[in-house]
Amino acid sequence: MSENQQKRPALYLAEYESPEALAKAAMKVRDAGYKNWDCHSPYPIHGLDEAMGLPPTKLGIISFICAMLGLTTAVLMIWYMNVYDYPLIVGGKPAAMSSFPSMVPIMFECTILFTGFGTLFGMLHLTRLPRHHHPIFESDRFEAVTDDKFFISIEVEDPKFDLDRTRSLLESTGPSHVELVEEAVA
Amino acid sequence: MASVNTPIKEIGETYLLPEGTTFHDITETVSRVTENPAPRGWWMLFLPSLALLGLMTACITYLLAFGIGVWGNNAPVYWAWDITNFVWWIGIGHAGTLISAILFLFRQNWRTSINRFAEAMTVFAVLCAAIFPALHTGRPWFDYYLFPIPNQMDLWPNFKSPLMWDVFAVNTYLTISVIFWLVGLIPDFATLRDRSRGLLRKRIYGFLALGWRGSHRTWQHYERAYLVFAAISTPLVLSVHSVVSFDFATSIMPGWHTTIFPPYFVAGAVFSGFALVLTLLLIVRSVFGFQNIVTIKHLDLMNKFMLATGTMVGYAYAMEFFIAWYSGNPYESWVFLHNRLGFGQLDSYGNWGPLYWAYWAMVSCNVLAPQLFWSKKLRTNIPVMFVVSIIINIGMWFERYVIIATSLNRDFLPSSWGDFTATPVDMGLYLGTFGLFFTLFLLFVRWIPMFAIAELKGVLPHAHPHLDDHGHDGAKAKGELAPAPAE
Repeated sequence: MSENQQKRPALYLAEYESPEALAKAAMKVRDAGYKNWDCHSPYPIHGLDEAMGLPPTKLGIISFICAMLGLTTAVLMIWYMNVYDYPLIVGGKPAAMSSFPSMVPIMFECTILFTGFGTLFGMLHLTRLPRHHHPIFESDRFEAVTDDKFFISIEVEDPKFDLDRTRSLLESTGPSHVELVEEAVA
Repeated sequence: MASVNTPIKEIGETYLLPEGTTFHDITETVSRVTENPAPRGWWMLFLPSLALLGLMTACITYLLAFGIGVWGNNAPVYWAWDITNFVWWIGIGHAGTLISAILFLFRQNWRTSINRFAEAMTVFAVLCAAIFPALHTGRPWFDYYLFPIPNQMDLWPNFKSPLMWDVFAVNTYLTISVIFWLVGLIPDFATLRDRSRGLLRKRIYGFLALGWRGSHRTWQHYERAYLVFAAISTPLVLSVHSVVSFDFATSIMPGWHTTIFPPYFVAGAVFSGFALVLTLLLIVRSVFGFQNIVTIKHLDLMNKFMLATGTMVGYAYAMEFFIAWYSGNPYESWVFLHNRLGFGQLDSYGNWGPLYWAYWAMVSCNVLAPQLFWSKKLRTNIPVMFVVSIIINIGMWFERYVIIATSLNRDFLPSSWGDFTATPVDMGLYLGTFGLFFTLFLLFVRWIPMFAIAELKGVLPHAHPHLDDHGHDGAKAKGELAPAPAE
């Protein structure tokens, strides 16, 4: 990226040394009414959901729906293939839903398989990953987020974002460093 | 500051990792392996593994060219080494899922030091296992008949067959294990990405990390996903070996047709899996110097698991005998007393069952060897546990061989008795799967963080802020804070 390329502010990034400092700062940012902001940490921190005021995740609902879908698929598949399309009478078991017990293992496995895929793609959807490009990666200090540093980012898209006031809010939370991360104008 | 991870000293708890371990220490220790040149020990293991992988390829090619007659399987022992090896490898994988899922649900934090490792082992072991039934079908190029997809015969699979259940169970198990493992790896790939200096390395790990930003909004969904995976893997792992045991239990063969098989197989699977995790862990721990992450405490706990599951397996062996006698079924008693124990009646040639020695090998390895672990001194002695873990793996292979061969070779009619002799291709293929397993495994330890970095950080005593000093929810904590600056 050339030096004279035009840049615009993307987010404020405040760095903290400990999970306590991060959690306390998160409560202040939450109480200040910001919406487009986030905490970044090397591992999931207990209690940060409340400190950030996040609603509970809806992933469980997605998983449950997929589980039921898997169960239904298995029943319909076995019914269609072994009962309806090509009735298969083996092992003294009739080609009807009355040989239900022999269907249980496959019903179970399909339920698990669909739940697994549902949870994976549900999680990727809710977290908006994969996203390989994000202005936050412009910061060199941010590389430590996967090591031992803790960060709060507040994005310009936030309605309350203000170059001066947001910086002074972040500085009041006791960070070890605050920087304005800029992204190149496309 | 109190924390959930602080040990209760009064009841003898100690820190999981050495006191004073920092977040950075963990990043450094684990990532270093993928960044430094491989130690000589790695090459010393990798080259023979590649050679064995070549042996596997050669055996499979030979088998495809000439048919499965190159194996020793023949009437009446149609299931021989291949099914033994299949059950053995599948069983090995079970410890990985147990460690990653069941111990997670039970909040056994010590699992974080071994779960990544054990999950990788699961994936590779299931791959090795899948080779055997796929080849055993005789014409592996028609294996797609096993799946519910339309084929040229216009015929669907028979879903009432336990072998079909196996297809679903094993494939689901492999798929879910891979997903669980890869999801767990996302934050750790991000760690490697952020430490990368070379562009290629940064690109590859960056791609795999999916743009991970350690964001708490992401962690929130991620942790729930992890919980769901653990919750579905727990019944899954119990179901997989139960379904494998149905292959036997739903038949009428004496020695197979027993209701104890599902729990007995699951206990045996966990037992053998823990033994292999331990064997590999001890090697890797000394080759790469991970004594601070896998401490003697972890090894001690794993040995306790082996003692417990080994004793369960011993109970199952005893119960099989009791039922063989108590049922009053002469065929059942014949299989157990004559074919397995080598007692009682001689057969019409005046011989004991030809494989009774395999039964006694199994009992000594699986039931007697782990009893050493009642002693804390032996349980924390590395050479002892290394030897015992290998003995257990040998014993568990014999267990499957005993179940399969000693039931088939002497069944109802003496006219259909026959013996099994393994051929060089049988042996080559079994050894060859070790090549596949170890090649994948060594590539894994070299290029992928072999300990769950993010999870290890989460179990450090200073990892979690003590936010609920004055209440248990955010609303109360909120009251504690100074008002936000006026805007």
